[in-house]
Amino acid sequence: MLVERPLRPSGPPPPPGEDDGIDRLAAYVHIPFCARVCPYCDFAVVAGKDESTDRYFAALGAEIEMEPSAGSLASVFIGGGTPSRVSRDLLAGVVERLAGRFGLADDAEISLEANPEDWTPEVAAGLVAAGVNRVSFGVQSFDDAVLGELGRLHTAGDARVVVGMARAAGFASVSLDLIFGSPLESVESWRHTVESAIALEPDHVSTYALTVERGTELSRMVAAGAPAPDPDDQADKYQLARALLTEVGFGHYEVSNYARPGHECIYNLNTWAQGDYLAFGLGAHGHRAGVRRRNVRRLEAYLEMLEDGRRPEAGTESITGWDAELERVFLGLRMRSGVAAGAVGDVLASDPDGQALISAKKLEVTEGRICVLDPLFTDSVARVVLGLKPVETGRVAR
Amino acid sequence: MTSRIRNFSIIAHIDHGKSTLADRLLERTGAITGRDMKEQLLDSMDLERERGITIKAQAVRIPYRALDGAIYELNLIDTPGHVDFSYEVARSLDAVEGALLVVDATQGVEAQTLANTYLAIEAGLEIVPIINKIDLPAAEPERVAAEVASIIGGDPDEVLQISAKTGAGIDELLEAIVHRLPAPEGDADDPLRALIFDSYFDSYRGVICTIRVKDGTLGKGDAVRFMASGLLEHADEVGVLTPLAVPVAALGPGESGYLITGVKDIDLVRVGDTVTREDRPAAEALPGYLEPKPMVFSGLFPVEGDDFERLRDALEKLRLNDAALSYEPETSAALGFGFRCGFLGLLHMEIVRERLEREYDLELVSTAPSVAYLATTVTGEVVEVRSPQDLPAANQLAGIEEPYVKVMMLAPSEYVGTVMELAQERRGLVGELNYLSPERVEIDYEIPLAEIVFDFFDQLKSRTRGYASLDYEPVGYRASELSKVDILLNGQPVDAFSTIIHKDKAYSYGTAMTNRLRELIPRQLFDIPIQAAIGSRVIARETVKAKRKDVTAKCYGGDISRKRKLLERQKEGKKRMKMVGSVEVPNDAFINALKIDRD
Ligand SMILES: Nc1nc2c(ncn2[C@@H]2O[C@H](COP(=O)(O)OP(=O)(O)OP(=O)(O)O)[C@@H](O)[C@H]2O)c(=O)[nH]1
Ligand SMILES: C[S@@+](CC[C@H](N)C(=O)[O-])C[C@H]1O[C@@H](n2cnc3c(N)ncnc32)[C@H](O)[C@@H]1O
Ligand code: SF4
Ligand SMILES: [Mg+2]
Repeated sequence: MLVERPLRPSGPPPPPGEDDGIDRLAAYVHIPFCARVCPYCDFAVVAGKDESTDRYFAALGAEIEMEPSAGSLASVFIGGGTPSRVSRDLLAGVVERLAGRFGLADDAEISLEANPEDWTPEVAAGLVAAGVNRVSFGVQSFDDAVLGELGRLHTAGDARVVVGMARAAGFASVSLDLIFGSPLESVESWRHTVESAIALEPDHVSTYALTVERGTELSRMVAAGAPAPDPDDQADKYQLARALLTEVGFGHYEVSNYARPGHECIYNLNTWAQGDYLAFGLGAHGHRAGVRRRNVRRLEAYLEMLEDGRRPEAGTESITGWDAELERVFLGLRMRSGVAAGAVGDVLASDPDGQALISAKKLEVTEGRICVLDPLFTDSVARVVLGLKPVETGRVAR
Repeated sequence: MTSRIRNFSIIAHIDHGKSTLADRLLERTGAITGRDMKEQLLDSMDLERERGITIKAQAVRIPYRALDGAIYELNLIDTPGHVDFSYEVARSLDAVEGALLVVDATQGVEAQTLANTYLAIEAGLEIVPIINKIDLPAAEPERVAAEVASIIGGDPDEVLQISAKTGAGIDELLEAIVHRLPAPEGDADDPLRALIFDSYFDSYRGVICTIRVKDGTLGKGDAVRFMASGLLEHADEVGVLTPLAVPVAALGPGESGYLITGVKDIDLVRVGDTVTREDRPAAEALPGYLEPKPMVFSGLFPVEGDDFERLRDALEKLRLNDAALSYEPETSAALGFGFRCGFLGLLHMEIVRERLEREYDLELVSTAPSVAYLATTVTGEVVEVRSPQDLPAANQLAGIEEPYVKVMMLAPSEYVGTVMELAQERRGLVGELNYLSPERVEIDYEIPLAEIVFDFFDQLKSRTRGYASLDYEPVGYRASELSKVDILLNGQPVDAFSTIIHKDKAYSYGTAMTNRLRELIPRQLFDIPIQAAIGSRVIARETVKAKRKDVTAKCYGGDISRKRKLLERQKEGKKRMKMVGSVEVPNDAFINALKIDRD
């Protein structure tokens, strides 16, 4: 039986940015610690540095105190790295601090990323007690051979038990992350993975095509001649997952994300709706009032800057005017429901590359909306969108 | 004083050390001091330095105090060694009385050693033979001296032995220049006749001519007339190259230097023209130069259609500095407006393209290089076909002839068989063998030009472990069984990829080309058939399958700026594509597709 506690009235999600539940403030907290670094991972992570945990949480606390106050938080995402590696008390402390400094909305979604090998009934109960109500497990595959290829430390068996424990502890929403298209994975293996995930009755599933990110161990191996993921194989697997998941009632709401009605990830919806989010922790990125800022990615630098009373900022970028409009569309395109066309729709529809995508049935530009018809071509559309120039509207006033 | 002037070119096969020798001469005479010295100083173009070869002949004046105590004015011209630039060598020889013939002591006489020696002999020059690189352990100065003496007809003992690297023998060479080379003749009181042997365009000062005064004097402020074009100008500045440009009051007979008149009208200044003075004009111009005959043709098109005029302007200016370049407007269905350019060879073509891109900030695509064919139509008309598109339709065509060249190859005798085999694979006709010495053989063949311009030289080098060299000259046209192979993208012929080729090689060419294009053309929204066809008969076929996935799996709050910038960069990258019908073809595909072996 599904534990249903709708985070919002169910039904298809309203277009992002047009719903007052979404454009409220969010916060991201990054926990960089991992048992070891997976070969494909390019997140801001550290392995073998667990002894810095206390220093890190002290710094994190200091950083939260430095953030100018804002409205209350509609969603919080504690991501990693591996948040499930650190003690409940430290995590509870962070949630408390955020609540104290900014306030949490009544129905606030508080998500946490967890690796299956860390999960126990006690951990689950402790996190619920700390206020966490959504958990996303990095399951990746239900095929042990594939898990080995991905360098994971858990087995398919570990993953099978975590959903039940989370349910028992009272999580309102449970999500599974899956990776497809590693070179050794067969289509049958992937089918088995998706079917196994469905059998556990999660509320939400993310399916990510394995991506060779620059600077990772995987990219070095590929450069040295190891097999790379095959895009055609990944296209097949993408479509297979989509068919299997939608068949059993999951809504395909974003390129890589599926949810039972009402279980879309509020934190992520806000990101794709170009919403504001505060960001704390190593390498974290925030967005507030048209400014994107990012933190330093080196642990020692992060700790030292905060210990010196400085913000650990590595850079900011201000996006305004037409560029902000293009960014809004670029992000919104990822939504299966499309994005409000605004001033971009006409320009896109009259661009030759835009027209080529429309006639190839990859894109639809109607009165008020821009929709990617084939999500496998989202970047083809995004590239065209990001290259659009605004139309001259009349003469420039002197 | 004319009797203290020595004008000479340094000539050799490629890489035998001409430019390095010029360095030593500049250094030993004190023309360049240690601090300003760098290797191959006269190779001043970036391209020359990157490739380590000389492309342009370069003149420089050096003062030399000889052992007799007098100061001599040495005007030396460093020349390129590659066969494609022999026109530069030939022109420089008209501005001098002597030639330093440099031969690498480890390589011996090679093809351009012979070719350039013959040019120098024809120009009536005094030749000083020099064996270079005697510092190398593999040097065989005695054997090479004997070889050299046998081709120029002299005593092996008169061949100087030097190392341009260590400086050994340079002092003796300087004295030999003074004593063995003749002083220029010419009378300062005669009417002025100065030969323009090179020129370039400076955006501030207009056309700058490099000249050699044969008779009379040319001073700053003189009214000068360019005899062939009739242009009348004032000499704003005359000077010498040391190699820096240094203005002087006047240039007398036998002297070389430069002339600036401020003229910007490029068409009216031609290399080979004679400059005279308006107050006392010469009756007759100097002989000038033969127009070089282009060997290969290729279309050059701007990536951005708007750049057509800029390309025209750039070609005009570059031609001033590269008299061997020729061009005429051309239209391609695939590539738009551009120019069909004529080159002396593939290296020349590559260099021109790169100079246009670098010096004039253009982005270009080029089409398959082709030689010029002669087509006879059914009505008996003969047309020159410089581009496959100009070939009359099959039902109009009575026959095609292709240009042949006489290829002279020099190789150590153990490679005779290898060289003959290669020549025969390339449809070579009756070879002739000529032993220069027991170890070194000259092998002559008549081979279709189309067979040698592309990769013949590379093949020759690799099959003889670098020991063979070649030179060639046109010997006329012969009838051949040729076909035009078209390449179709998505059903549409792409004129830029069409080629004329011998019928025995058409099939393998078509297969190689379609294969190569399949690799070079990125997957797009739809399947793209690639076909090679002779007329309506398809001889090879490949398909670029439609792209199936173009999406970033994960886009989270942390990498929005990064993902956006990545996509923007990729979009920028698409500017390096040319739309051919509805197909996007990367610009470099036009170049890389043509790098296939034509066998
Ligand atoms: N060991 C040794 N190397 C030399 C000597 N002279 C030239 N070289 C080397 O030979 C190579 C070619 O020298 P260049 O002076 O560029 O030859 P070049 O004849 O001007 O070549 P092109 O202009 O391309 O025809 C360079 O690597 C020189 O350093 C020498 O006397 N001894
Ligand atoms: C930020 S990671 C951290 C979560 C957790 N530490 C874990 O590994 O399970 C979140 C998810 O991103 C996905 N992911 C990370 N790197 C990826 C890559 N190179 N290609 C595809 N998916 C990736 C994985 O599914 C992973 O669960
Ligand atoms: S994938 Fe997850 S567990 Fe692996 S290194 Fe990255 S953050 Fe850590
Ligand atoms: Mg040189």
